[in-house]
Amino acid sequence: MTAPGHTTHRSRGPRRHLPLQILLGFLVTYFLVPFWWVIVNSSKDASGLFGGGNTLWFSGQIDYIGNLKTLFTYNGGIYARWILNSTLYAVVGGVGATVLSVMAGYGFAKFRFGGRRFSFAVILGAVMVPATALVIPTFIMFSKLGLTNTIWAVILPSLLNPFGVYLMHVYARDAVPDEILDAARVDGAGEARTFLQIALPLMRPAIVTVLLLSVVASWNNYFLPLAMLSDNRLFPVTVGLGMWQGIASANNAGSTSLWSLIILGALVSVIPLIIAFFALQRYWRGGLSVGGLR
Amino acid sequence: MTISISKDARRGRKRTRQVRGRTPVREHVTGWLFVGPFGLVFVALLIAPLAYALYLSLFQKKLIGGTSFVFLDNYAKAFTDPSFLDGAWFVLRFSLVAIPVQIVIALAMALILDAVTSAFVRFSRLMVFLPYAIPTVIGAVMWGFLYSKSFGPLTDIFGLFGASPPDFLSSHLIFYGLLNIVTWQWAGYYMIILYAALQGIDPTLYEAARIDGASGWQVTLRIKIPLISPALILILVFALIGTLQFFNEPQILRYLAAGTIGPDFTPNMYAYQQAFALANFNYGSTISFALGGVVFVCVYIFMFLTRKRGSFLS
Repeated sequence: MTAPGHTTHRSRGPRRHLPLQILLGFLVTYFLVPFWWVIVNSSKDASGLFGGGNTLWFSGQIDYIGNLKTLFTYNGGIYARWILNSTLYAVVGGVGATVLSVMAGYGFAKFRFGGRRFSFAVILGAVMVPATALVIPTFIMFSKLGLTNTIWAVILPSLLNPFGVYLMHVYARDAVPDEILDAARVDGAGEARTFLQIALPLMRPAIVTVLLLSVVASWNNYFLPLAMLSDNRLFPVTVGLGMWQGIASANNAGSTSLWSLIILGALVSVIPLIIAFFALQRYWRGGLSVGGLR
Repeated sequence: MTISISKDARRGRKRTRQVRGRTPVREHVTGWLFVGPFGLVFVALLIAPLAYALYLSLFQKKLIGGTSFVFLDNYAKAFTDPSFLDGAWFVLRFSLVAIPVQIVIALAMALILDAVTSAFVRFSRLMVFLPYAIPTVIGAVMWGFLYSKSFGPLTDIFGLFGASPPDFLSSHLIFYGLLNIVTWQWAGYYMIILYAALQGIDPTLYEAARIDGASGWQVTLRIKIPLISPALILILVFALIGTLQFFNEPQILRYLAAGTIGPDFTPNMYAYQQAFALANFNYGSTISFALGGVVFVCVYIFMFLTRKRGSFLS
């Protein structure tokens, strides 16, 4: 398991294989083409979009500001709401799932309580249960409790992350020595204090990884909110843009302006997470090897 | 897999018990306090829905006569229903092609990034990973634009060579259209996991191999790939679970590819249609539960076959 910041430094100098780098160049181009297309085409208005000009280059006028204004005022500013909803679901769901996983993983790794082996085996089995198989029965349960079409219908199911528990268990078992915990207890620290002040800092790389995976999973979620929500003011941006795309495709002629909104909407919606990824690089890079390597 | 673990584990537990004696009551309580909150969510939002789906799938609702217990009739219906079977066959076929393609590309990129050092390589690593930050729905929307005949670039690009562009939204190319989207979305994520595993290998192994006269290819095939096989198995399992429950991308492209992607294109789309468009919750639950069963069995078989390669769930 690599801890972040401890990437191995190879003693040999830099090696540059030109053919490999050229191959890599082609691959990078492939991965960037959709971004490029969206960046270029979100500067166009409907006539530029459908005018038949070069689709991979800017047209005569570049009007990001005007398009952004339209995007954020269209339908009473519903798009901004969707972005805020996505953020709320991702942050509350992601942080909640992480807190639960960290506590449970630590509990499984460091305490020998009755039923531990059995419950952990059940959780491991649950890693293999596809999340979408739960959506329909959860919907019916929630509709009986009056929870559908509320933010809780999206947040509560996001709290479940069995794989996070597994990752935290593996990491806590190896990275938190029993001796340190015992020493803290001998010194009179309670279990809560031992956990918060001794164990948590030692588990930080794995916590960041679980947080990242949970936040991204909630941010990406589509099936669950699509099923649970009918009020479009509660939609996350994925369901909202999906709905716009359905409308725009259904009446192709009458909704050319909606297409430019969808293109810019797609671009704006990916910016927050891309910035977060760049800013937090140092933290997630090492952590992703947890669980893959043992 | 899980069963064999717990058997071994139980044996181990007995031994530690004899050595250490009884676990103090306080440890039981503290342990459960840490695990409890997750346990509560687990029971309420995983065990209960699964049990409820199973329960619902044993009933049928008719216009006349109301709801009646039909035992396994819904499953008999599902496993003879061409909509479910074709959908299941599609996701299986798609997994068999898409997963190897993604893993091979991810592995190739990870090996290149591990072997070559330059500023461009560091830049590439981030760029290739970028699609992971994009919700699959938005990824599908973006590729839908690129496939589009009215404003996609394919017409221009193929026009340069005087050829007519391929229509990735047509019924005979949609498989490749979706394959491309999925590869674009996930290859970078798998690459990062494999790359992290490669970086964790002790470099003295390479020195030793070189002294023994091993070539670069031999180092790659005999040292690097075997040592990262746990990471490979991990991503294979995740790719399998993810691809079998295929929903977001075809659901989004449905609007653009009218007529190509029907409402029963994948089992999950079919379950969604049954439950939410037709309000047939019993049959929708049956399909969900059957799909969950198929995924569980596929993953279980896969883990059983690869158990000697060093599983991640141990």
